Amino acid sequence: MLPDPYRARILTVVIVGIALLVWHMATLAPSFDASGKSDDELMLMEFNGDIVRTEDGAYVYNPDKAQGLPGPWKVGEKAYAELSEAFHKKGTNDHGVAHLVFYTVLRFAAGFFAASVVAILLGVAVGLSPILFKALNPLIQLLKPISPLAWMPLLLYSVQDPTWTAILVVFMAALWPTVANTAFGVSSIRTDYLRVSSLLELGWFERLYKVVLPGAAPAIIAGLRIAFGSALVAVVPAEMLLGELGIGYLTWIEWNNLDISGVVFAILVVGVVGITLDSLFTQVSRLVTYPE
Amino acid sequence: MSHDDKHVHTDACWDASEHSDGRDQAPESRIDEFIERSVLNAALGGDLTRRRFVEALGSSAVLAMVSQFFPVEDAKAMVKEAAGPIEKADLSIGFIPITCATPIIMAEPLGFYKRHGLNAKVRKAAGWAMVRDWSINKDVDAAHMLSPMPLSISLGAGSKEVPYYMPAVENINGQAITLANKHKGVKGPQDMKGFRFCVPFEYSMHNYLLRYYLAEGGIHPDKDVQIRVVPPPEMVANLKAGNVDGYLAPDPFNQRAVYENAGFIFKLSKEIWEGHPCCAFAISKEFAATNPNTFIALFRSIVDATHYAQDKSNRKDIAKAISPKNYLNQPVIVLEQVLTGRFADGLGGIQNVPDRIDFDPFPWHSMAVWILTQMKRWKHVEKEFDYQKVAKEVYLATQCAEISEELGYKSYGDTATTHVIMGKTFDPMKPEEYVKSFPISNLS
Repeated sequence: MLPDPYRARILTVVIVGIALLVWHMATLAPSFDASGKSDDELMLMEFNGDIVRTEDGAYVYNPDKAQGLPGPWKVGEKAYAELSEAFHKKGTNDHGVAHLVFYTVLRFAAGFFAASVVAILLGVAVGLSPILFKALNPLIQLLKPISPLAWMPLLLYSVQDPTWTAILVVFMAALWPTVANTAFGVSSIRTDYLRVSSLLELGWFERLYKVVLPGAAPAIIAGLRIAFGSALVAVVPAEMLLGELGIGYLTWIEWNNLDISGVVFAILVVGVVGITLDSLFTQVSRLVTYPE
Repeated sequence: MSHDDKHVHTDACWDASEHSDGRDQAPESRIDEFIERSVLNAALGGDLTRRRFVEALGSSAVLAMVSQFFPVEDAKAMVKEAAGPIEKADLSIGFIPITCATPIIMAEPLGFYKRHGLNAKVRKAAGWAMVRDWSINKDVDAAHMLSPMPLSISLGAGSKEVPYYMPAVENINGQAITLANKHKGVKGPQDMKGFRFCVPFEYSMHNYLLRYYLAEGGIHPDKDVQIRVVPPPEMVANLKAGNVDGYLAPDPFNQRAVYENAGFIFKLSKEIWEGHPCCAFAISKEFAATNPNTFIALFRSIVDATHYAQDKSNRKDIAKAISPKNYLNQPVIVLEQVLTGRFADGLGGIQNVPDRIDFDPFPWHSMAVWILTQMKRWKHVEKEFDYQKVAKEVYLATQCAEISEELGYKSYGDTATTHVIMGKTFDPMKPEEYVKSFPISNLS
């Protein structure tokens, strides 16, 4: 009997295999049947790119033209083509997928990092001062549910730069969950800890660094985690709308070109980037939390 | 290539005095005189009347009159400065991936920007609002726009009010009404009641031509049908999904609909107005004023490229040059059908219309006036304005003619002409009467 982790892996492979097979069967394209078509019709179809002639003179459907949804094989071909040119740059508007991922991650990292710093500071302030908490809470509650993308036109109008707008959209998406969680974490630190720290006559910064932040760390990490997810969700549509090179842009450009296998590939890239960043985040968060 | 030869000969044009009478004058005053002459010529039209007029009044008096509505000093400064070095060689130019942008796009791979001393890169935008914002926010130095956009932006309609120039028209014709396959029986506007249409932008020739076409057939574009603004690349997908009944769009998206077997080409826009302007090259007045030499070099590249595209024997090469992912990202076969005019129409036929899309940079002032009449007609601009003044401030017809001549291409006489649109003649000198002549409009 295999140990559990192996059995789970095998099960994953089986499920993926079945899914691919179903996908393949569902998207099988019929082969072209020229019987019953006049020469004029065939000529027109060839002129319009519907069909192409093979070397032995027979007609087949044009493999470059989508016939319904693409199958896994076509998406695989597309992925191979894209990945083999992942590091190429062919002009202003055609950067390889590795570059696009890099732009997106950079934009995401800048917005998320800035938001985290601001949100933790704000959250600590709000969490430590009951008056500030009461004063700001209604505002935070009002701002929290606004979709980060709703800020986009206003940001575009005021900062007048699409790159900064994209970063700020990520910033807005990542801000509130961390603020709310940090404030909650800080305000619910055991009063014992705070009492001990005042007995020891720790300075304000030392108290913050040695007691408040570690004490609130689990809540802050939970907040960052929610913020991380919502920022990742925001960065893709922001790129679509702003035309900033990145994986969101890739998805949209492939759709504009009606290249459906390209769209599927782009979606898969979004997924892979998301899962990679998320697992990196989990590693980092392990470093700063401690078991109670 | 004969084109290169032509260029060698024309490069010396500003120094050569073939345009000027006074060979021994200082170069500056010769340029002054040349420009004054062009302005007078443009403003007064035919040579004979001009001569008589100028003899009677004296040229400085005439020039003073003309200057009231044409910024002669600006033009002089602009061209004179262009003798100096280029201020900003690295340029970014925004474009929408459609065949209308052909000259702007192909100027990069085919080296027209380089030839005029510029290192210009074209940057792809997903929609007109995006290209407008990039341009106004200076993310790009110049942009591909729709020919009504520099007018609407200068008037502050649908955007901040920023003075814009339109140095050149990118293409003429090149649009079509495409309908979904289920509407193959449609004969004319009268069958289109209740249709949902797309146009690429509010302030577009597409919108004004579609509205004109529908209204001529008795259909009110704001009451009897829906017209939505959708970026061109998304129109085919919408047509395929059955969300819309048709669109008046730039190519390749009419041909793309046929290629996707989603629709058919119902009417080429040239059948509505033969030779109508479509897309444009636009630049803010501020950029032109702060970088006059760059501006002139860019102006030359664009005029040069547009004339090159006009030559039908170059069209297949152009289709190949602009089809990669970096530019239009379209199958070559689709672009070839658009640019050569031999195309499948989606109704089972192959048509041959060589000037389905054509290229002519000259921004006729009368075209601007027509666009302004339609903006007024549909209440896209509600404030009062002087048609001729706006047209002359935004459309740089005189300078375009100069540059075209300087590069050895054809010369243009007048800057205004009459246009015939669906059999009806438009007189640019009587815009207000024209606006009021339509039974269907949003005025009343």
